[in-house]
Amino acid sequence: MYTTIIGLEIHAQLQTSTKAFCGCRADVFELEPNTAICPVCTGQPGALPVLNQQVVDFAIMAGLAMNCSLRERSVFDRKNYFYPDLPKGYQITQYFYPIAEEGHLRLETGESSKTVRIRRIHIEEDAGKMVHQGTDSITGSSGSYLDLNRCGVPLIEIVTEPDLSTPYEARVFMELLRDTLRAIGVCSGDMEKGALRCDANISLKDEKTGKSSNRVEIKNINSFKFVEKALESEQLRIADHLNRGENVAKETRSWDFATKETYSMRSKEEENDYRYFPEPDLPVLLVKGERIAYLRENLPELPWEKIARFKEQYGLPTYDAGVLASDSAIASYFEIAAEITGKPKDCSNWIMGDIMRLMNERNLTIGELGLAPEYLKELFSMIDSGRISKKIARDILPEVIDRKLSPAAIVKEHGFEQINDDNAIEKAIRQAMEENPHAVKQFREGKEGVLGYFVGAVMKATRGKANPGRANEIARRLLEG
Amino acid sequence: MKNALSFYRKRIEKYNHLLNAFLHFPEGTGSDDYEDGFPFALKDNILALGTKTTCASKILKEYRSPYDATVSERLRSCGGIILGKTNLDEFAMGSSTENSAFGPSKNPWDLARIPGGSSGGSAAAVAAGLSPFALGSDTGGSVRQPAAMCGIVGFKPTYGLVSRYGLVAFASSLDQIGPMTRCSQDATDVMAMIAGQDPMDSTSVENPIYFDRVLEGNLKGLKVAVPLEMLNYPGLEDGVKSSFLSMVEKLRESGVTVDDISVPSVRYAVATYYLIAPAEASSNLSRYDGVKYGSRQSKGNYDEMVNSNRDTGFGDEVKRRILLGTFTLSAAYYDAYYRKALKTRRLMARELNSVLKDYDYILNPASPILAPKIGEISDPLSYYLMDIYTIPANIAGLPSVSVPIDPVAGLPVGILLTGRRFSDFDLLDKASGIERLSSAFENGLSKIPERWLE
Repeated sequence: MYTTIIGLEIHAQLQTSTKAFCGCRADVFELEPNTAICPVCTGQPGALPVLNQQVVDFAIMAGLAMNCSLRERSVFDRKNYFYPDLPKGYQITQYFYPIAEEGHLRLETGESSKTVRIRRIHIEEDAGKMVHQGTDSITGSSGSYLDLNRCGVPLIEIVTEPDLSTPYEARVFMELLRDTLRAIGVCSGDMEKGALRCDANISLKDEKTGKSSNRVEIKNINSFKFVEKALESEQLRIADHLNRGENVAKETRSWDFATKETYSMRSKEEENDYRYFPEPDLPVLLVKGERIAYLRENLPELPWEKIARFKEQYGLPTYDAGVLASDSAIASYFEIAAEITGKPKDCSNWIMGDIMRLMNERNLTIGELGLAPEYLKELFSMIDSGRISKKIARDILPEVIDRKLSPAAIVKEHGFEQINDDNAIEKAIRQAMEENPHAVKQFREGKEGVLGYFVGAVMKATRGKANPGRANEIARRLLEG
Repeated sequence: MKNALSFYRKRIEKYNHLLNAFLHFPEGTGSDDYEDGFPFALKDNILALGTKTTCASKILKEYRSPYDATVSERLRSCGGIILGKTNLDEFAMGSSTENSAFGPSKNPWDLARIPGGSSGGSAAAVAAGLSPFALGSDTGGSVRQPAAMCGIVGFKPTYGLVSRYGLVAFASSLDQIGPMTRCSQDATDVMAMIAGQDPMDSTSVENPIYFDRVLEGNLKGLKVAVPLEMLNYPGLEDGVKSSFLSMVEKLRESGVTVDDISVPSVRYAVATYYLIAPAEASSNLSRYDGVKYGSRQSKGNYDEMVNSNRDTGFGDEVKRRILLGTFTLSAAYYDAYYRKALKTRRLMARELNSVLKDYDYILNPASPILAPKIGEISDPLSYYLMDIYTIPANIAGLPSVSVPIDPVAGLPVGILLTGRRFSDFDLLDKASGIERLSSAFENGLSKIPERWLE
């Protein structure tokens, strides 16, 4: 039997308004190439970096959210290597003295929970982007183009201890990290847009012999699903080697989402000597204890705090609280809706059900969907008073959203009021009994399930408007005759 | 009187081909000849819109400044007009301008000799009267040593007093821009325009010094220290030493206390400097890969292209320092070299600051030798060792000024006065006192060789 040991290195782009060391805008994802650049971020001779204080605040907030100890005195270093997307020939990072260290996050995987230790969080700058002609990489391309917009976009690198033991845990951890960074508003968390990137280190240990495999690093994992898939594939590959009495090479591999496999990028021996040394263009980063205290006091509610509060305050089950709390916009929508309707559990059911389904179908956020909580309240009260059935309520929801019209008006317009008139229901059941005497016989012989057939027939005859409770009751009375 | 700009333009036209002080001139030169303002020369490693910035390197031969350095912008906003960009050792690495990709500048006192360096073009231009003043950059003496060899005043301010934004970095923690002038008062006036904190340079400091004042030059009652490690340096030429000691005598006669003291760590100054400066340079010069700008060879894959760009673009001395710095920063040697050098740097700064608690200034020759003939010194190490007099001020971030004293065999000699951090104004004030005792001055300005006065 093998134990799997996984550690992650995560790069998160910070949602600051400007870049880490110059005044260029930092939200460059959809911009025309080379339109958010200046002498500083393109590495012109003589240009100097100036630290964006918002970057420092965001890094501290991330450190606080992950229970790190924070350095009041940290230092920037240069990491030197040549690559076309790195205009200065070095990346400004924090190597020797990172801003945050020794933290942890509590990971709940449903069946179990564990503590994942955070080794360090440090500030650094992003590199540019390359577009290659003919191939996916610089090797063998007939030409390569540079987009330097991303140069200097602020990042934090978060390094975990190797505390994760399954690919699934790694994925859940990445989701927790995304939710945490989103909750404090420092990162969009979009892996697909590269705002959150994950490198994973994995090794396997043979429980019988106590021997461990070499460690393999996987790069270029660009979705939460692929974190799990890439690690599963690598887990199998390493186990396969060990089963054959071999070890895997100590190397860096890349995840190929097309083949669903990893491939070798370079061996550890080929790695650069980055020649780290303190960045002489930036003074030592001093953060006052008062600033840290201020940020700590004003730190937004964290996902697990919100889950606990939703359970406590609204009496929601853990599952509901978890789903709602994972997205801050949905969470605040829920809280407003719960307040307005006074029915938190109904709100939770509707949000997790039809509302999130519509959001997904239409690829909209909850805000963009635009369902006024007041309309939810109206739907709930029409259901409670028996004016419409739950089914009708669900059916008209898209129309309420599309036409921005009150549910009551839509119900009235379509004549969707529930039929509570016993006579009409009775008439429909009698007709069904006449049409299907066999079913009547079956029921009377003890086949209870046939009751549903008659209720269904009523619903069909009334186009779903019959009060299902009443239909059930009347059908039973008439059949039992 | 004729407009100052056209006056100097005519002199440059007449004499620059003999001196090779200027490398190139701003776009549209001549069209602004009758503008008001004061002309100046800029070392060609400082950016200015409308000019190329070549750093006297083939790799930046055609590089056009995309922005104004803070000093360029500040001088222009005070009415400054750039006459031209001056020659230097490639990327300011050297002490003679012999490392310029565009040929050495000549010493106005003897055209067969070097003007010193790296700001040799600036020094030659001012010394021959081709520009009223120039800006240079000083990483290990690059303003003060050529000033001494050309017989003008060269001032390196306290580190952080003048913004480095737009100065092409050689060794960021040591580089400082400074004025090269014909008297200390001019240097003070230039400082009034260029000093002060800059939001674009995080290592610049708030300027607590008011420079817009007239120097008095009163030397009486000063206490000055001469480090024995410098006076007894075996490379110190006799002529330079006796000129220095004769000024020391004059200072004593003017009521200055001059004591011989010891600063033991000065013995490690050159070693420390040649570990720290190349380390920073190896990183600072990584950006010259020929990908974004700069001369580019189109061949092979990316690695081959970059190798070839850097191989053909950089000269030998630059390559030597990049290799040295790359080696000392490598993981295996970092602790043995770079970390140790940082320790020695702190030790030396502590020792110098402690001397400056007991004494107002440290005094020593600016260069151990007179300007050598072009090509006379071919061993780079000989040049490195001569930096012993100027390096300590860079290592500790101290202000330091070179003032011409009695020449030897018709060649200029400079004396170096170094003060406490932020004593810049007082330092220049005392330098003006030395000027009054020096035979290198006439009517308050350093003398210009006869041949440039025709």
